[in-house]
Amino acid sequence: MRRPVDVGDPDRLYTVTGGRSRSDGSSFDLVTLIVAECEPAVGQQSEHARILELCRHPTAVVEIAAELSLPITVVRILLEDLQATGRITPRHPRVAASATLPDSALLTEVLHGLRNL
Amino acid sequence: MGSATSELPSSRTPLRDTAENGLKIVVVGGFGVGKTTLVRSVSEIRPLNTEEVMTQAGAGVDEMPESTGKTTTTVAFDFGRISLNDRLVLYLFGAPGQKRFWFLWDRLFAGTLGAVVLVDTRRMDESWYAIDRLEHHGTPFVVAVNRFDDDSARHSLEEIRAALALPAHVPLIECDARVRSSGKDVLITLVDHLHHLARERELTA
Ligand SMILES: Nc1nc2c(ncn2[C@@H]2O[C@H](COP(=O)(O)OP(=O)(O)OP(=O)(O)O)[C@@H](O)[C@H]2O)c(=O)[nH]1
Ligand SMILES: [Mg+2]
Repeated sequence: MRRPVDVGDPDRLYTVTGGRSRSDGSSFDLVTLIVAECEPAVGQQSEHARILELCRHPTAVVEIAAELSLPITVVRILLEDLQATGRITPRHPRVAASATLPDSALLTEVLHGLRNL
Repeated sequence: MGSATSELPSSRTPLRDTAENGLKIVVVGGFGVGKTTLVRSVSEIRPLNTEEVMTQAGAGVDEMPESTGKTTTTVAFDFGRISLNDRLVLYLFGAPGQKRFWFLWDRLFAGTLGAVVLVDTRRMDESWYAIDRLEHHGTPFVVAVNRFDDDSARHSLEEIRAALALPAHVPLIECDARVRSSGKDVLITLVDHLHHLARERELTA
């Protein structure tokens, strides 16, 4: 399924991120939930404003990317901008991003949730 | 931007404000095996589509423009969401299973609870790579056979297990990806399996 915005367009990526091509790390997981700490402001970069709107309620990084039709990589850069100025708070996933399994208590909770669907 | 209540398109269902921990499960499999169908049947939102633009340098890459030493690839994947309770949200990712997407997998698998390998018995060879890769990663997984109506062979699960060289401890089940309860059973089988593994480890630790 193709989407209308060609997110691979280098010019658009350049504009959105101010020329930066990479974020400085893996600070935002795909499922990190982002919460806005303030309302969008007049004159703000439109992508920043859109993120603050979406994140009035917790919203995963991957959902922000889908809603804005932007690649994850670009969204991470935008989120770093917003975090640097205290306008969002990330709720990071609490499953170790290592080879170890999550503990059984968490998995029991997941099982309950699934069975109640 | 109108009033506060028209803040979001009506198609978007926001998470509860108490949501705080995002979990991941990956569904992998070959083209047209039913990944999106499975995600859709269990998701509380219409599956969304997004992209990773990956710039890679180095080993394992087919095309390497001499000028930059880098190549950029765009990979699309879709995902759905299940709110498990006030705090926990499970995201399901449908990922293409072909070898050339290995770099996407490395990203998706980081911190994932586990994976579902979706198999079409008419094209079983497409599952090999996914299974091999998951074992290599140490990512726990289950295998779900998505039965298509025009599958005349109707291999038994034992035959499929043998054909995939699947170890006895890996759960293997049948499903119909179009049916919500069936999709739900696949997820429960996976999390049950993960729970067993976690209990085993905790008891021997
Ligand atoms: N008979 C039958 N058809 C199915 C089943 N699951 C999926 N399909 C159909 O198979 C087709 C492909 O399903 P998708 O869910 O799009 O498969 P996919 O793995 O996401 O495909 P790609 O993303 O293109 O690789 C669709 O037309 C589905 O309706 C099933 O369990 N039984
Ligand atoms: Mg699909």
